[in-house]
Amino acid sequence: MKEIRMLSATGILGSGFREASLQRGMSLSPDFIGADSGSTDPGPYYLGSGETLFSDSAYKRDLRLMLMAGRAAGIPVIIGSACTAGTDAQLERLVGIAREIAREEKLSFKLAAIRSEQDRSYLKRKLREGKVTALANAPVLDESVIDRSAHIVGMAGIEPFVEALENGADVVIAGRSSDTSIFSAMPMMRGLNPATVWHAAKILECGAACVVERKYPDCMFAIVRDDHFIVEPPNPDYRCDPASIASHNLYENATPYELVEPSGVLNTVAAQYDALSDRAVRVSGSTFKPAERYTIKLEGAELAGYQSIIIGSVRDPIILRQLDSWLAGLVAAARERIAAVFGAGIAEKYQFDVRVFGRNATMGPLEPETGIGHEVGLLFQITAATQDLATALIKSVSHIAVHYPVPEWTGLITSIAYPYSPAEISRGASYRFNMNHVVEPASALEMFRIEYEKV
Amino acid sequence: MPKLWQVTKLIRSKNAGPFELTFDVIFKDRASYERARDARVINADWFARTYRLAPEVVSIINYDAANAIKITIPRPIISGDINDTDVFGGQQHGPLVNVEVP
Repeated sequence: MKEIRMLSATGILGSGFREASLQRGMSLSPDFIGADSGSTDPGPYYLGSGETLFSDSAYKRDLRLMLMAGRAAGIPVIIGSACTAGTDAQLERLVGIAREIAREEKLSFKLAAIRSEQDRSYLKRKLREGKVTALANAPVLDESVIDRSAHIVGMAGIEPFVEALENGADVVIAGRSSDTSIFSAMPMMRGLNPATVWHAAKILECGAACVVERKYPDCMFAIVRDDHFIVEPPNPDYRCDPASIASHNLYENATPYELVEPSGVLNTVAAQYDALSDRAVRVSGSTFKPAERYTIKLEGAELAGYQSIIIGSVRDPIILRQLDSWLAGLVAAARERIAAVFGAGIAEKYQFDVRVFGRNATMGPLEPETGIGHEVGLLFQITAATQDLATALIKSVSHIAVHYPVPEWTGLITSIAYPYSPAEISRGASYRFNMNHVVEPASALEMFRIEYEKV
Repeated sequence: MPKLWQVTKLIRSKNAGPFELTFDVIFKDRASYERARDARVINADWFARTYRLAPEVVSIINYDAANAIKITIPRPIISGDINDTDVFGGQQHGPLVNVEVP
């Protein structure tokens, strides 16, 4: 029977897995080891700045075990969305870590690096040709957005992975790519049913997230055949059941019934989930509808400004009972002081926001509750074009705020508890996701460049 | 009448990408799920009222395979933008927890 055995090391490279689980997974004769290394979950900072979610040491620990296991068994190791956002620099960082590991462990392999960062003039041409389409709730995308983006990446499908594997790559490290493509590439190369493949890939891409109770990040294993796949955790402390596998389709997806990929849409409406044992599940019945147009999703981030903040809290019941009017007065007084120091024109050059913890700091405009408790936390936030300006402005806020009066008390009051000295914290650059669009390339490989090297 | 948290094994919210928020209500068993589903306790009007949204933007999906109800809405603020309050979108489900169900 034609089948592919796949081992997912973890849900996100750098978050870890048990070494024993990887060994147990290896004993089940996988055809490859895969892991996703990226996410938009932690926000736009990683795409905008090029920083990484985990430390180099954390990436190295996970990648070392994967590379050693992969080379020992002679099977490919496939990593997608290098170092969080999958920019070229983040890809190079992970490739550099792979080279270091190879040197230290005396491994040799053919490495393929897939670049996902996008050329601005290419995207502008596609925009002019009407080959860029907005997805749900997308912001406006025009040429100025492309120009001011710090980085723009395209989310690769399976095709660059397949190309790299067909060219004999032992290790594939990709920039931004769809989480599922990492796991779909090899079974699709072998000609397995796309519906079964994509569904299995969706379950595997989050590592052990599909178990009944995930206590820590770990590996996951699946056997993919034409009309079904079987998923079973290599860690004996973990188990999957039909509900845990079916539930995983809900996770960070707008609908559990559809998964949109560059080449089509997986539909799970008719999927069947059957327990094979108390820890293994057999999945069958999904369908896959090939797309009429092949599209690549874009992700972009631009600088939103530099921020300085102050954290404080208020406990005085007299202030709390008039919190809104007191805060409104405080903000007006701080703005007045800023104008006095920096001139009237400064008003256009900064944004001043206050967050009230204990009221609506978590849900903002979605919060239905209006009351507060015996204390509130306050966060004053200045956003400006440079860090120097944001820092200078916040220093005017802190003094005004800490002594801002209420009519009931006579004499100078100190109205906010600051936990830190200095009260002001420079937060650095803040970025904004600025596109939620797909591009129609002339070919599946057009937007991605593959570089090979002998390591 | 029991509260929603008493008949579910998980109520959670999460980003579905940086531009959408999604809520999963996963019931403990088939019977509780079907009672809540058939009584339409969680409906677009109620959700929109609670979260101060227009009902047209609220999508509600019954997912029988996992005894779950899913709600998806546009994010009021893009994840991580200047005034976003919850970058992962993970703490937006609070108002669902104590809803009374049949």
